[in-house]
Amino acid sequence: MGAAHSASEEVRELEGKTGFSSDQIEQLHRRFKQLSGDQPTIRNLRKGSSGLADEINFEDFLTIMSYFRPIDTTMDEEQVQLCRKEKLRFLFHMYDSDSDGRITLEEYRNVVEELLSGNPHIEKESARSIADGAMMEAASVCVGQMEPDQVYEGITFDDFLKLSHHPWSSWARVAEEQESWALELVVWHWVWWPECPLGPWPG
Amino acid sequence: MSGRWVQGPRWGLLLALLLALGELPRARGVEEEPGGAHGETQGFQVVTFKWHHVQDPYIIALWILVASLAKIGFHLSHKVTSVVPESALLIVLGLVLGGIVLAADHIASFSLTPTVFFFYLLPPIVLDAGYFMPNRLFFGNLGTILLYAVIGTVWNAATTGLSLYGVFLSGLMGDLNIGLLDFLLFGSLIAAVDPVAVLAVFEEVHVNEVLFIIVFGESLLNDAVTVVLYNVFESFVTLGGDKVTGVDCVKGVVSFFVVSLGGTLVGIVFAFLLSLVTRFTKHVRIIEPGFVFVLSYLSYLTSEMLSLSAILAITFCGICCQKYVKANISEQSATTVRYTMKMLASGAETIIFMFLGISAVDPLIWKWNTAFVLLTLLFISVYRAIGVILQTWILNRYRMVQLEIIDQVVMSYGGLRGAVAYALVVLLDENKVKEKNLFVSTTIIVIFFTVIFQGLTIKPLVQWLKVKRSEQRDPKLNEKLHGRAFDHILSAIEDISGQIGHNYLRDKWSNFDRKFLSKILMRRSAQKSRDRILNVFHELNLKDAISYVAEGERRGSLAFIRSPSTDNMVNVDFSTPRPSTVEASVSYLLRENVSAVRLDMQSLEQRRQSIRDAEDMITHHTLQQYLYKPRQEYKHLYSRHGLTADEDEKQDTEIFHRTMRKRLESFKSAKLGINPHKKAAKLLKRERAQKRRNSSIPNGKLPMVSSLQDFTIKEKDLELSDTEEAPNYDAEMSGGIEFLANIAQDTATDSPSGIDNPAFSPEESPGILSGVPPWLCPGEAVVPSQRARLQIPNSPGNFHRLAPFRLSGKSVDSFLLADGPEEQPHAAPPESTHM
Repeated sequence: MGAAHSASEEVRELEGKTGFSSDQIEQLHRRFKQLSGDQPTIRNLRKGSSGLADEINFEDFLTIMSYFRPIDTTMDEEQVQLCRKEKLRFLFHMYDSDSDGRITLEEYRNVVEELLSGNPHIEKESARSIADGAMMEAASVCVGQMEPDQVYEGITFDDFLKLSHHPWSSWARVAEEQESWALELVVWHWVWWPECPLGPWPG
Repeated sequence: MSGRWVQGPRWGLLLALLLALGELPRARGVEEEPGGAHGETQGFQVVTFKWHHVQDPYIIALWILVASLAKIGFHLSHKVTSVVPESALLIVLGLVLGGIVLAADHIASFSLTPTVFFFYLLPPIVLDAGYFMPNRLFFGNLGTILLYAVIGTVWNAATTGLSLYGVFLSGLMGDLNIGLLDFLLFGSLIAAVDPVAVLAVFEEVHVNEVLFIIVFGESLLNDAVTVVLYNVFESFVTLGGDKVTGVDCVKGVVSFFVVSLGGTLVGIVFAFLLSLVTRFTKHVRIIEPGFVFVLSYLSYLTSEMLSLSAILAITFCGICCQKYVKANISEQSATTVRYTMKMLASGAETIIFMFLGISAVDPLIWKWNTAFVLLTLLFISVYRAIGVILQTWILNRYRMVQLEIIDQVVMSYGGLRGAVAYALVVLLDENKVKEKNLFVSTTIIVIFFTVIFQGLTIKPLVQWLKVKRSEQRDPKLNEKLHGRAFDHILSAIEDISGQIGHNYLRDKWSNFDRKFLSKILMRRSAQKSRDRILNVFHELNLKDAISYVAEGERRGSLAFIRSPSTDNMVNVDFSTPRPSTVEASVSYLLRENVSAVRLDMQSLEQRRQSIRDAEDMITHHTLQQYLYKPRQEYKHLYSRHGLTADEDEKQDTEIFHRTMRKRLESFKSAKLGINPHKKAAKLLKRERAQKRRNSSIPNGKLPMVSSLQDFTIKEKDLELSDTEEAPNYDAEMSGGIEFLANIAQDTATDSPSGIDNPAFSPEESPGILSGVPPWLCPGEAVVPSQRARLQIPNSPGNFHRLAPFRLSGKSVDSFLLADGPEEQPHAAPPESTHM
């Protein structure tokens, strides 16, 4: 009884932090246990990748998941903006692998290479030149005309925001669309098919 | 404006009279036919007038001409077409023409027969819709579309039919010979939103994509429902109301699934066939576009034959094949397909609306019943709105992008009825449906009302409600990259969180597609180059090239390029003068068509010729260097089976390489925290890899003219010395060998005759990097200064032969490769092999 009570306390706390409903938290917890094999934490599956957390517990897991929650329709404009910015910051950190506050060309290239690695015919060099092109585009959007000796070191978060709000690139729209698709069917799916077989978890 | 209106009817009148004349004999022509021969006893006649011989095709051609001319007429005044939708104008024109013929002839001239409509006019429109369907958007909203298409249409049909029946029972319509089933039949044919009308009106309104795809998708997919409802109720009417059993109703429901899924399946099968066929059309490029049309038309006919939903079949044929077909066929064929399809669709649409107008002018079909007509109009509008609101309410609980009130208003208002309803109502059998004429005239009124009145008012409505518009925008590399990244992240998150959503499914699908479908359905070269990111990259590069020339034109001439004061040829950097500043130039016109990434070299050439002689040489040089000179002047060979010498491909290749260099060069300021030596070393490595390639494919060079031969040798020497200088690069050379392997393999499997996507070649990066930008070779002076390159003497006679020589005196350049194959157009140029 007492344990159940404290568990629901915990759930409520998590609810407040992440904005998930208690049902959703319960579902995610089930999934979390499934993934971790009933351990309290999930170990980092990639070996030797430095700078990343070794393991995450359920709260971290929820926090990460909460970035992919759709934007609440009841929020006012300001909150929506803030929320969107947080989401973008999360994405920014996914690019910025050494978390020094800028996406350098090297980091960008890694991302692009990974993105294109699905197509075995595309060579690394092409991926690189695409990353170079994209970086140039970013530079031209963020800095405008550059002096010949000026060096563009990387995309900062501000630049990142600028990119997403620049009239040329409506990937703010893309971002919106994407994030709004993310958890679209969660409830639906869990209601109707709670034990669905999932693809093998990488490992 | 008014003058035009006077003019329009004037020639219209002439033609109409001509047509009426043609019509007269034809109306009684059947019995006259044998009599036509009795004049032939007079011996040989030099000239005979054989109107009957050509009558039918002649009249058809004339009608098409009238409709097309009318279109020209409408667009003479921008004011009219910006307010009134073309479809409405065409209907009015049809009414006028029909009226003239009627007045002159006292019989109705033509009417839109269901056979003509369903067999010849509808398929091109629907195919066009399917082939250019934005797939991602369509499948992203498929659930919504299906709900509106299926439930919405059933709802509309049922409520309209039942309400009309209710009013009929109340006696408001007077004495009509109609039963409940007739009303339901009428409701089912009037319920469906019409793809032709929706396309015609919405294309001019430019609402946002989601809204458009929902309305348009609904209009396409509701065909199955309409067909089934129509057939079911028609058979019920035939049976008679009291003999309809529950079993029949169940059969009706089953037949819905059979018709819709079957139609879709037929479409998918034909799409598979079509993709497979285009994979092997390498040597018959000229008939390549034909396959697209013939096979998709066959899918339509096949499902019609099997009494499945033909519209669904051809729609899904287009949707499913587009990816593979576009990848397989050559760029020219793709353009041909695009334009032909657009032309056919637009022509069919024009004819449909005009004939709708003409068909209405027939005193025989009109039977007026005020209450019936007005109530029909009222009911279809009201029930559409109610249906939309109810369904949206349900949908919004599951949709993330909510459909707002404004969207719902536009969706309700955009429920236009059109020619499908008309064709269906004309198909009714007068013996079974006693009040056919009433139905026909009501349908015509409904169509005219929705197309003309709603079509007229929807634009102001959209503006007034401030509906989100779609914006035309250029693709951005960052956008595509981030979009791709999001896709992956989201599908991963869906996987982790344990749900099956769009992203998860899409990821699975794209894996499946890449692993199996693409391997079967795409030619190998296309498999490599098909990647949206690469496409965007390519497009941007082409644009840079265009804006480069545009910049030159803006400055008055291309002379600025050689101007010694500017020293480097890269003085036009692409970061500053974005294309939007040079609107007046040719390239602006070219750029307007974003999807068509093709340069019309001809127009460029014409423009160029206006530049005076003094500059001509330099211009020549410049074009040679940056845009690749078109050499079509001395190409007068005619061949029915092949388009000789694919200049465009080479141009594309060439431009690509130019601009790649440009991009890299203008990138100079961004050294981006990389050790420059490292980068230089990499560049050297690439360069070497390429050289090795050059030298080891001798047959790529053999047929060259002698002036190039000694250069080739020189180049080899150069390369040898280079390798000796830097033996420590040997390890890296293995990359070059891999390249060789690739090339050998590739040249064996595919000829260069098709550019599927110039954006990619395995060698693209060496091609780009081969001209090492000066700043990347610190102080070693490997590359002569730009000016030095330019000042190498040349003689105008063999100017373009010399160009590569001159330019690559020291460093190996990609022109040589691109230039070389031109002497032997059917060998595989290593650079462009997989463009």
